[in-house]
Amino acid sequence: MNISNQEYGELAKRVSPPSAMAKTIPMAFVIGGTICVIGEALLNLYGALGLDRDNAAALTSLSLIFLSILLTGLKLYDRIAQVAGAGTLVPITGFANSVCSPALDFKTEGYVLGLGAKMFVIAGPVIVYGVSASVIYGIIYYCIKLFSA
Amino acid sequence: MAIREGKTFHYENASILSYAAVVGKIEGEGPYGDEFDEIIEDNKGGTETFEQAEGLFQQKALKHAMDKTDLTADKMDLIFAGDLLNQCTGSSYGLKDFYIPFLGIFGACSTFAEGLLLAGAMVNAGYTDNTAAVTSSHFSSAERQFRFPLNYGGVRTPTAQWTATAAGAAIVAKTGKPPFIRAATVGKIEDMGINDLNNMGAAMAGAAYDTILRHFRHTGTSPESYDLIITGDLGQVGSEMLYELFKRDGISIESRHKDCGLLLYDREKQDVHAGGSGCGCSAAMMCGHFLKHIENGDLKRILYAATGALMSPTMVQQGGNIPGISHAVEICYK
Repeated sequence: MNISNQEYGELAKRVSPPSAMAKTIPMAFVIGGTICVIGEALLNLYGALGLDRDNAAALTSLSLIFLSILLTGLKLYDRIAQVAGAGTLVPITGFANSVCSPALDFKTEGYVLGLGAKMFVIAGPVIVYGVSASVIYGIIYYCIKLFSA
Repeated sequence: MAIREGKTFHYENASILSYAAVVGKIEGEGPYGDEFDEIIEDNKGGTETFEQAEGLFQQKALKHAMDKTDLTADKMDLIFAGDLLNQCTGSSYGLKDFYIPFLGIFGACSTFAEGLLLAGAMVNAGYTDNTAAVTSSHFSSAERQFRFPLNYGGVRTPTAQWTATAAGAAIVAKTGKPPFIRAATVGKIEDMGINDLNNMGAAMAGAAYDTILRHFRHTGTSPESYDLIITGDLGQVGSEMLYELFKRDGISIESRHKDCGLLLYDREKQDVHAGGSGCGCSAAMMCGHFLKHIENGDLKRILYAATGALMSPTMVQQGGNIPGISHAVEICYK
């Protein structure tokens, strides 16, 4: 080939269209915001029904997770996500979708080696590093408390 | 070190006797929808899994091709078949019941050209008669293996391509009638340093350029010698890169060039980003559309350069690049 990989990479970059951010970012904001508004509405509703704040918050998360899984099962979540982008990826609904979608897909390989094994293929790293980060945060917090006391 | 040029094979007597294409629902709704032999609306084609469905697509494509000539399985000498799945699952499970001698091949999305050039070589050499080249790809089985679960809400980048749910089959024999396979150039593995899983077009353009250029050189031809130069699935990004690479040599191929990945879908209406891809993409376009036009003489001479991204998810995760390959087959009316 009469072109270096570096030149070729620059050519690839030049002809590759970028994401239409003027459109995708506002959509992510609007749809992601809408999910949060639904969350707030549920929180207020559960509060009005007499639940204390902790329980109302837990129930709100559960409700959003349920809705996300229901929409994933109905094959609607990924369609909304095509327009919403990070708007549906970042909230807790995105996490639920990332667990539910491989579970649905790999059911064909059986409940143990398929569904069970592959369920956390996307969410797994988030859980591992999320938990690890919280442990590190806890240790730092503990040390700061020790010195400031 | 001197770089080996490689040879272009010339075929004296190898024709495409029969061909057929089977596609999925979205491909059937594309601009060439009414040219395919069968459209299978159900993503699983009545089977239980996407992998079984992909096998069914291959099976049906070969069956349609055989039915057009009254050939039965016992008259078939050999099949070259491949797909994108591990262990060429679509081919080996889909074609097993024909009980025809089988050679599995892999060239990613370039596999159909690989199959055609091998089938042509076997027939031309006189080792076999009635030899089939069959390939397939299935959007859902490919997504499962290479990317994310189907209902995962991830968003593709604008450079990503859509794996076609399609299969094509061509039977090569010494018929003395068009379409004739006249020549073929085997591609070399070209690592252009691209490692973006969502930009296969860029990973393959270099390989297409190298193979097409060598084919021109070995046959003493230029883009003007062909009615069409058809690439497999470079998509929008890869096609533009191909033009740029040829422009550096002062060669313009735009007016002759078509890319199956850009033809199979209506990119305005169908959300396929940079175009179609997969072993079934160019196989379906060749067997559904182009071969027909060579057979009836609308097209006199074409160069079909299918392109493949030899992408290993494992190697990419280990920091490797995505090498590309492209095989060229010259198909003529005379």
